[in-house]
Amino acid sequence: MIEEQLGRGVASWCPGATGVAGAVRLSGGASQETWSFDIVHPDGNIGAILRRAPPGYGASPTRAAGLDAEATLMQLAHDAGLPSPRVMHVLTPKDELGTGFIMQRVDGETIARKILRDQQFAKARPILARQLGKVAAGIHGLPASKLPKLRQMTTTKEIADLEREYRSFDWPRPVFELALRWLRQRDPGPSDQMTLVHGDFRHGNLIIGPDGVRAVLDWELAHIGDPMEDLGWICVNSWRFGEIDKPVGGFGSREELFAGYESTGRRVDPERVTFWEVMGTLRWGVMCCGMMQRFRSGPEHSIERAMIGRRSSETEIDLLRLLAPRRA
Amino acid sequence: MQDEPTPEELIKAVADFLRSDIAPGVSGHNAFKLRVSINALDLVSRQLTLEQDSDAAEVSRLSQLLGVQGSLTALNRALADRIAKGELDLQTPGLAEHLWQTTMDKLAVDQPNYASYKRELGEGGPATKPSS
Repeated sequence: MIEEQLGRGVASWCPGATGVAGAVRLSGGASQETWSFDIVHPDGNIGAILRRAPPGYGASPTRAAGLDAEATLMQLAHDAGLPSPRVMHVLTPKDELGTGFIMQRVDGETIARKILRDQQFAKARPILARQLGKVAAGIHGLPASKLPKLRQMTTTKEIADLEREYRSFDWPRPVFELALRWLRQRDPGPSDQMTLVHGDFRHGNLIIGPDGVRAVLDWELAHIGDPMEDLGWICVNSWRFGEIDKPVGGFGSREELFAGYESTGRRVDPERVTFWEVMGTLRWGVMCCGMMQRFRSGPEHSIERAMIGRRSSETEIDLLRLLAPRRA
Repeated sequence: MQDEPTPEELIKAVADFLRSDIAPGVSGHNAFKLRVSINALDLVSRQLTLEQDSDAAEVSRLSQLLGVQGSLTALNRALADRIAKGELDLQTPGLAEHLWQTTMDKLAVDQPNYASYKRELGEGGPATKPSS
């Protein structure tokens, strides 16, 4: 059915196209879907991705930038020469596909365990941290005047958000309390530079090829804030997938990440990065608790969500390793 | 008193059956969900084996730390509350050790293969003075 719907309008945004084929649903929940399909074209088929909220699922959660904003950001990143797919079409009511957009499909891998272990990425791994530093700097340098309307975040607001969410679970977690207290006491306040922040810059949202990073995806959590947040988030231990001595995604060092970032002329504030790493570790812990809540209250009764709930203790040990290390 | 086999034995038997006889014949997304399900049963087995002792030790540490008696949940609520208020912090004698021990006991049930846990298990020993 979706193939037919896509096929009806494809020629209007992809001149010469005669239809679409091979549509498969990739992921997503009820409110957000990702589809992969091929645009049939006499010059050769074109791989494409549809990201959409189906009709009736227009409202996005409060933190989400919205699909229109995501499309604008991806196109801006693409135009600035950053690894980002070209946006081919932003859905209109005429498409009858809901809200969302269609972008070029980029080949590569997003699964962390493969990126960290498979032979085909052996040459990419040593260069990734530096590359991603450069990419992050590029994102933070996108011109403010061209950005869509985005929520503004500060460290203080983020701490308050996390605390409110944690308290809503009504389940005591002394390690989280310790982390919240640590964050409040060391809150560096508003950054002197407020830029676009990707907001979810980590494994799963990065397409990696044997040659390195090929695309940054999923701008759902993009906002205006402290650019150091992106550098701290990618260092959170939960994204190292066992390679705990390589803080950047399990493949690289902070020094490499920072060197790539600063090669663009932008500056790194390592203390703020550490602050955001602690915040990010707590944030993932709170998100795991949220999964457990959804397991309990949601209709799907997903065993996966239930088991992610049991991963919040992983962030507790990581918080202790950051805040109360046992070795000098 | 309930009869044997124990819940531990029953759950382990089910998990072993799913792992050895069922999993090899299942593919696609169901294979993934089956693996998660087996992981859940293994977690329950570990909890049934370890929980009683670790809970008892946690209650006794908490009572000493807080100077009050109570249920494990009530004591944890009290500890969380006092950390939030700043009445207890990492300088408080015994707090870091308590949080470490409690967290290690949680990981032993939740994710004994988590790399940070394995590292701390190997390099652990008594907690030293916290850094902050």
